[in-house]
Amino acid sequence: MNTTIMLFLVQDGITNGAIYALLGLALVLVFAVTRVILIPQGEFVTFGALTYATLSAGAMPGTALLAVAMGAVAFGLDLFAGRRSLHRRLIARAFAINILLPVAIYALTSWIAGKNTPIAVNIALSLLIVAAIGLSLYRIVFQPLAHTSVLVLLIASVGAHLALQGLGLVFFGAEGQRGPSISDAAFMVGPLRFTGQSIAVYAVTIAFIVGLWLFFGLTLYGKALRATAVNRLGARLVGIRTTLSGQIAFLLASVIGAISGILIVPITTLYYDTGFLIGLKGFIAAIIGGLISYPLTAVAALVVGTVEAFSSFYASNFKEVIVFTLILPVLVLRSLAAPEVEEEKD
Amino acid sequence: MSALLRVADVHVAYGKVEAVRSISLDVADNEIVTIIGANGAGKTTLLNAIMGILPLTGGVALAGEDILRLEIEDRVAAGLSLVPEHRELFGTMNVEDNLQLGAFRIAKVVAAQSFERVYTLFPRLKERRKQLAGTLSGGEQQMLAMGRALMGAPKLLMLDEPSLGLAPLIVADIFRTIGELRAAGVSVLLVEQNAQAALKIADRAYVMELGEFILNGPAAEIATNQRVVASYLGFIHEDASRV
Repeated sequence: MNTTIMLFLVQDGITNGAIYALLGLALVLVFAVTRVILIPQGEFVTFGALTYATLSAGAMPGTALLAVAMGAVAFGLDLFAGRRSLHRRLIARAFAINILLPVAIYALTSWIAGKNTPIAVNIALSLLIVAAIGLSLYRIVFQPLAHTSVLVLLIASVGAHLALQGLGLVFFGAEGQRGPSISDAAFMVGPLRFTGQSIAVYAVTIAFIVGLWLFFGLTLYGKALRATAVNRLGARLVGIRTTLSGQIAFLLASVIGAISGILIVPITTLYYDTGFLIGLKGFIAAIIGGLISYPLTAVAALVVGTVEAFSSFYASNFKEVIVFTLILPVLVLRSLAAPEVEEEKD
Repeated sequence: MSALLRVADVHVAYGKVEAVRSISLDVADNEIVTIIGANGAGKTTLLNAIMGILPLTGGVALAGEDILRLEIEDRVAAGLSLVPEHRELFGTMNVEDNLQLGAFRIAKVVAAQSFERVYTLFPRLKERRKQLAGTLSGGEQQMLAMGRALMGAPKLLMLDEPSLGLAPLIVADIFRTIGELRAAGVSVLLVEQNAQAALKIADRAYVMELGEFILNGPAAEIATNQRVVASYLGFIHEDASRV
């Protein structure tokens, strides 16, 4: 192997790794706050990417309608849960979030679809749609189960993944799609060619990491999220609703998933089920980070991306095998290093 | 005058075992009420049930409003606050962040005043404000737990064994602060095994045995009640003779 090829593979690995880092961070965030291992993270990726691609192709994405339908179910659940103490403010709030918001997004989408809108508008709209779906997903699937064990939450998570993947097939069909790139610019640094798209990947990843760091470190809601992750009962005792923390976590995760999808759909063709595999690689990074550490997850994601790039060069048939095998030594090491823990009973 | 906290005929059960039976109690404005009793009498269970952590049957009203159907978070917003036995601090966050989160449900302007008030009550916390809560000493953690609860400007503060595992000097400090709270307009419901210290600062007291109140009245009277002296205060004389 010569240096040029090696640099090439490293560059490729870091670009992929950046995406895995975003997804891994979202997984760690959601797990820390809600104890949910977010398998449907991959669907957020697919939905974001394919909604963006569909909008860019001038068509109406089915996800906009899904957001409305899920919002309606969430609204029903809110009313049912609050049936004993229904007051106007509660109903108004539930209506605004679950009905008004998705309907407004739907209206905006159908108004815009087909009009040759700028890329930025399509991106913003795709993010809004997926964010609304993420919010409702938490309300419908995970909020009613919030007090159950990690295992039950995991089962529900797998179920949500399968359901959303099936819906993805209905909305986007079995054919893959590509979206327009954010920038067509390109420049050379030595032998390496940097495209505008890969620069966007790095920039967005760094912006999100810095943004999350500021959010958790400086804002009251960010601190409330950390508090919920550190001590659920303590958080409730100061008046932080675990449902609010869950909503924020899912909102962030769905936006991060969608933005990852939008960033890669100009580089690779995405199918309705591609997100799952991408999400799993973020999951490996999150596991290496122990589902706790954000910095470790980010570094692990870059390793996963690089290993993937090199193994696709040397043994492309075994690419996924090699990448997923990474998790075994990590789990063995972690189980040796960590003291035995019983599942928390709360 | 209606009581600030009114608990009426409350039962709490763990499965088939009733840990708290037919308990009724009142706390008035500007009053310190203590519940004393042996380990396992059901004191902590009662406080947790009033806070909404455990389900109960019966009636619980705060300032005349029924709070029985409210979640923990909404009871906090209504002015009820609990400092639990295990304190439940945010160990990996610093003192200032812990306090700031204590004011999660109140306006920012009010929170700024709360900071001042808490730092005046516990100057030690001000010195340690950048230190992680998990690295504080036991006494400082207790101060932080109380400070965090006070940040939310509660009407009633419930304290579960604030003296547990603390050195005598710090215990004295904590109890002095509890006394100061009354002057600041906060009512306190105090659960304590250290009956002597609790009875000294309380206005009224309830004595709990096996899930039931067997006695109640002004703290000074309870402190001289023969049965109480024999069961809960007796050890003090032994201690005194040893010192």
